[in-house]
Amino acid sequence: MGKSFEPKIVAFACRWCSYAGADMAGTSRMQYPPNARIIRVNCSGRVDPIFVLRALKLKADGVLIAGCHPGDCHYLTGNYQTARRVALLKEYLKAMNLEPERLRLAYVSAAEGAKFAETMKSFVNEIKTLGPNPLSNGGQD
Amino acid sequence: MAELVKQPKIGVFICHCGSNIAGVIDIPKLLEYTERLPHVVIATDYRFMCSDPGQGLIREKIREAGLNRVVVAACSPTLHETTFRRVLNSMGVNVYYFDMANIREHCSWVHSGEEDAALEKAKDLVRMAVARAAELEPLEQKESDVKPSVLVVGAGISGIQAALDVADAGYKVYLVEKEPSIGGHMAKLDKTFPTLDCSSCILTPKMSLVGQHPNIELLTCSEVQEVSGYVGNFTVKVERRPRYVIEDKCTACDDCVEVCPVNVPDEFNAGLSWRKAIYIPFAQAVPNAYVIDTEHCLGMTPIACGKCKEKCEPEAIDYEMESEILELEVGAIIVATGFELFDGRRVLEYGYGLYPDVTTNLEMERMLSAAGPTEGKIVRPSTLEKPKRIAYVQCVGSRSERYNPYCSRVCCMAALKQARQIREKYPDIEVTIFYIDLRAFGKGYEEFYESSARDYGVSFVRGRVSEIRHSFESDKLVVRAEDTLLAQPIEMEADMVVLSCGLEVFSDAEKLTRALGIQRSGDGFLLEAHPKLRPVDTNTDGIFICGAAQGPKDIPDSVAQAKGAAASALTMLSAGKVILQPYAAVVDEDLCAGCGCCEASCPYSAVNVVDNRAQVTEEACKGCGTCAAACPNNAISPQHFTIEQILAQLEALFQEAK
Repeated sequence: MGKSFEPKIVAFACRWCSYAGADMAGTSRMQYPPNARIIRVNCSGRVDPIFVLRALKLKADGVLIAGCHPGDCHYLTGNYQTARRVALLKEYLKAMNLEPERLRLAYVSAAEGAKFAETMKSFVNEIKTLGPNPLSNGGQD
Repeated sequence: MAELVKQPKIGVFICHCGSNIAGVIDIPKLLEYTERLPHVVIATDYRFMCSDPGQGLIREKIREAGLNRVVVAACSPTLHETTFRRVLNSMGVNVYYFDMANIREHCSWVHSGEEDAALEKAKDLVRMAVARAAELEPLEQKESDVKPSVLVVGAGISGIQAALDVADAGYKVYLVEKEPSIGGHMAKLDKTFPTLDCSSCILTPKMSLVGQHPNIELLTCSEVQEVSGYVGNFTVKVERRPRYVIEDKCTACDDCVEVCPVNVPDEFNAGLSWRKAIYIPFAQAVPNAYVIDTEHCLGMTPIACGKCKEKCEPEAIDYEMESEILELEVGAIIVATGFELFDGRRVLEYGYGLYPDVTTNLEMERMLSAAGPTEGKIVRPSTLEKPKRIAYVQCVGSRSERYNPYCSRVCCMAALKQARQIREKYPDIEVTIFYIDLRAFGKGYEEFYESSARDYGVSFVRGRVSEIRHSFESDKLVVRAEDTLLAQPIEMEADMVVLSCGLEVFSDAEKLTRALGIQRSGDGFLLEAHPKLRPVDTNTDGIFICGAAQGPKDIPDSVAQAKGAAASALTMLSAGKVILQPYAAVVDEDLCAGCGCCEASCPYSAVNVVDNRAQVTEEACKGCGTCAAACPNNAISPQHFTIEQILAQLEALFQEAK
């Protein structure tokens, strides 16, 4: 625990925009902190609230959902539904005594490698200031 | 046998990608770690897994170890998922028993200074992929027929070339153009670099071919409104605006034009001349028929005006014409919507729109044209006299932090070409080009530049122009710049200034890309699926792009790309079948309570509750999985992205932490 806190972050990325945006960050050799692991989904709308809650229960320090920009969803409206779910989930996190900032929704297009890298940097920083997932301290499992 | 398939036997293949991965990630350590993962019966590495020997290695191991699932830890699945799936297919293993761990784009390339952290991340990514692989299910690929027709959007040189190639191969083409005539920007050009071909002479024969081709249905004044369906089977709604002139009846006698009382700046001549509210865009327009510009027409009622209708003997004018929506069925779509010229007015310090003698490259092009507003004579717009000195300002709107950071690629050569034409016609007019760098990269371009400078005496100043102002004493323009070769500020008087305005994406790009479900790159132009290997494909199968819509491009490159897009579409059409990914959602009827959350969330109306159970229309479902996220019972799930598969990845990620 004496070491600096390195948060563990789960990122769900839609394959059309944000996963490709992360690829673009790669091909452009943009460096960002190695704290997140990406799970590829077809659409950010696929991200079931269960995935987010399970990730937090598994002691993820932060969960990022990245999808296409509003209006650009490959599946027309999937990202709007995600935006609504994220808003509700944040309320739910508050009720669970978790900081709502541990869940973030980002819009990253396939061309926005730089935005993906920036999002990673700022999210990791934010989680670092929040500290570890409270469930990982007094949690029972 | 069935028992055997159920028991996962996973092989993990770790790619070095030369030094791209192995240079950052300690492969032996990753390999040693991977070998110990559950269900992994073999783990091995190779320098280039996607190469022939690499694929051979996977085949060999599938055979030797009886693998029934494969994980490749290498690059992005976007790049090589298809490649490796083919390997599985050749070995009789279901292609959906495959997953990739992206340890290049998402790991070695972005954490190159942090070897330890990168290794830990790679371990996690491999562990997650292996956990997912164990949960994968075999799926059956579906084949679908390809409709033997292509929609080409935009009829400049790129769209024309693509349409002709597809039509010549024997397939039906719908060519949609929003303007009243095809031809695009190329129709406005006088000569083309570096060969000085007359632009009309090489373009108009192609235009007339398009007009007459039995396989091409030309839809002018038309725009794409809506696109539905999928690769091989698109349904496109196109709105055709009325011309108010019946093409078949019109004899192009010009009687209507003579009586029309309205004068409007002529777009075709870059606003340097006038046209009427009823007009033909230009002499060689295809279709060669009049159109009424309703924005400027006095009202199309006999009380307000109605002079053209009164005068028209063949009774070709019909004010009652209405917009119609056409529904087209096509197998593939080619987007060739071109570019828009950067608006010089945006650079306030250059005074375009304020000083009449500050013009643009397009205006100069029209002036140089024998068919243009000045019949090929170069005149100062303010005095209509011959100028003594013309200054060119390069990179207007391009290579600039304030406007567009990219190079527009054609303006250097266009300026050189115009300068040479001017010097050829009027050896007494001095031409000076203010440039940052002169980019003459194409075939024959450097030679053209050399000869323009040497044989035609065009002079050059290296430096971006900071300001253009008008001097009242001399009634000339003063161009101010820093000559970066002499390292001193200079001021030069000129009678005329030509702004080399750059290229920007076509104006309604956002509307069109949304209708098509394709993406744009940071510069606003259309995004290709891969910058090197799939330059005319988009991320949406069956939709191709070409020409300046994809990025600034000159005519040879546009034509080459158009031919590429046509060939790609034809490959699909001539194969006649496409493979559809079997990702459609499936319903577990035992769990479904018929609540209808899925129905409400589906963007495609592909799920309906019938008799208290959700039903998926497979053809309409695109596998996005929004329904699955909405379902309170986990009763509906897109295939290949099931809840078990995703949770397996999550659980695996945190296993180590426990």
